[in-house]
Amino acid sequence: MAEAETSTAVSENGAAAAPVAETEQYTLKVRRFSPESGQGPYWQEFDVELDPTLSVLDALLQFKDREDGSLSVRCSCRAAICGSCGVKINGQSTLACLTQIGEAHEFANRAAGTSGSPDAPKEAVAESSPALTSGSEPIVVEPMGNMPVIKDLVTDMESTHWKKMRRVTPWLLDDGDPPERERIVPPDSMVDITQTIACIQCGACVSSCLSMEADPDFIGPAALAKAYRFVGDPRDVESKERLYDLAQDPHGIYDCTHCFACIDACPKGVAPMDQIMRLRRLAGEQEIVDRNNGHNHEAAFVKIIEKKGTLDESLLLQESYAPGVKGKLIPKPSAIKGLLGSIPTAVRGIRSGKMRSLPKLIPGVHHKLPGDSQEHVKRIFGHAEEHRTELNLYITGEEDELAEPDEDKTSPPEASREPKENQ
Amino acid sequence: MKLAYWPGCVSRGFTTELHGSTALVAERLGIELVTLDRASCCGAGVIAEHNQELADTLNARTFALAQQTGLGMMNICSTCQGAQSECQQRLDADSAYRAHINEALSDEGIEYVKDKNGWENKNFLWVLVEDYGLDKLKAKVTRPLGGLRVGPFYGCYIVRPKHRLGYEKYPERDLYLEQVIEALGGEVVDYDGARKCCGFPIVTMNRDTSLRQAGTHIGDALDQGADCLVTPCPLCHLNLDMQQPEAAKLVNRDLGLAVLHLPQLVGLALGAAPKELGMNRHIASTDWVGERLTGVPA
Repeated sequence: MAEAETSTAVSENGAAAAPVAETEQYTLKVRRFSPESGQGPYWQEFDVELDPTLSVLDALLQFKDREDGSLSVRCSCRAAICGSCGVKINGQSTLACLTQIGEAHEFANRAAGTSGSPDAPKEAVAESSPALTSGSEPIVVEPMGNMPVIKDLVTDMESTHWKKMRRVTPWLLDDGDPPERERIVPPDSMVDITQTIACIQCGACVSSCLSMEADPDFIGPAALAKAYRFVGDPRDVESKERLYDLAQDPHGIYDCTHCFACIDACPKGVAPMDQIMRLRRLAGEQEIVDRNNGHNHEAAFVKIIEKKGTLDESLLLQESYAPGVKGKLIPKPSAIKGLLGSIPTAVRGIRSGKMRSLPKLIPGVHHKLPGDSQEHVKRIFGHAEEHRTELNLYITGEEDELAEPDEDKTSPPEASREPKENQ
Repeated sequence: MKLAYWPGCVSRGFTTELHGSTALVAERLGIELVTLDRASCCGAGVIAEHNQELADTLNARTFALAQQTGLGMMNICSTCQGAQSECQQRLDADSAYRAHINEALSDEGIEYVKDKNGWENKNFLWVLVEDYGLDKLKAKVTRPLGGLRVGPFYGCYIVRPKHRLGYEKYPERDLYLEQVIEALGGEVVDYDGARKCCGFPIVTMNRDTSLRQAGTHIGDALDQGADCLVTPCPLCHLNLDMQQPEAAKLVNRDLGLAVLHLPQLVGLALGAAPKELGMNRHIASTDWVGERLTGVPA
């Protein structure tokens, strides 16, 4: 309310306010839907007048306050803490309170500058060319994706967020005996999971998830990031069982395509996809062989690069589905099914000429890197497999600029690029 | 213009037409390419998922080999771009980590050196727009695409996440395909899937989810009247083209949409014959695109 009324207050006693914020007119195009009306969803366009640094949420509330009280939007803190106001703005899943209206407007114009769709998932870029602000494209606001809409911008997060969250047992499974005092944990061992603790359950990542679009049963980015929060917690005694469960589930960790949509959507820097990759890394280290061929695929890929330097696709295909066909192991029925399923594709590949060469037809014939390069690659494997260092920029920041005094002093250190507002 | 060139694995594997058409187009544009034939796979995110340090070291080696040539580096695969940019971000962020990684390269007598202005490894798409220039490209066009309706398909790794793909410096990188299509005389098809995921990374793990993604985007492009798609990513090409008949079954409709590699689309506008560009090696027929432009059946 307060912000929504600021602009009128300023115009009445503007003399009192020292640096009067200049308001600008913006057009919003909002997806409306009211199930009781018996009508389908529709777009409504309206204008608001706001300081460009105010938020899209402020714009929605101004319209609701002054023009149409029937617009439904969920919000509370207006400070990116409560996680209530998740929406899609110009196609990008985000918080309405965290998106400045001026930036959203610039972005809508930039996207419309070429034939690109304003609905395409692109986010506002801070340093856009000023010339673009003169356009008059509407700012498109929709309810979050991958969720049923209750009314207007309010979605039902139960089926696609909270249910999946409960699916991963989001609490600590300790050894059962409560200690006399607190459980002592070395600070270092908790650092790793601070990133996932930053989650505010807004659902922006779920809304953006492209795997969930194709498979609504996918456990999804928010719940899997939460799963890592406990898998990585040294006090949790069921980490391995958790990993096994999430690896075996056909809609679990191996259902993520690494599309990075959740990383761009998350307003708190949780980077859910990075957490899913950590879960896979740990499942691999624990040698959990899953029925989705996730582990086999990863192990085969890594082994091929160690031996050949570049990818032998035919061998990868064979080994992902049926490791050890050439030797000891007998592939599982699911692996045989997968391998058979890829035969029509292979036949078409041969017919078109795509796969009509010896290395592509016969797995393992693929050449090695020239000269002593393959030896160097092998040595790199030895070095890296010994340490397995994992640099998490969320934790460390990008500190080089501070460390090297001869760097350009005029630019501020960029250590803050990875958000750290989880405290 | 002369660049160190990393072709990647898939362009020399299941999509050799990409490697071939890149060579042809680079020559016609006057871009000299020095192939990094000693470099290894970027890991495509899979090696990083196994061991982050391993992926970072393999790519640091590739960067070091490119730096030895004294040239900028070019790749022709969205996935290489994304996987390598991710490693470069970590290497550039921490000098102690960089030193640790370089230690593993010392036997070969090479090292990755951070450039304070940011050492650049660019996809062919970025090179075309940022370094070669659209005006110069337009001037080279001998056979404008004559209103060919082209749907852009970027590949996730080249559009997300924004903070590591140079969008602060080049904010329009997610609009370049549209700009190139227009520069070549084509018409951009606006459809839902341009920046979505082709599903390829999980095709061996959850085939249905994977191919449903590919099939849906191809269908959306067809619904918007596309004559073809164009992509800078050979992995996307595998799902969109090689697997297209399987994807069609999953989305329960006829597809049959030609999917071109970016250099092929450029090559057509530069007057190359479809066959020279390897367009006969696709699964989804490209005959219609070729006939439309050249008047000659492919």
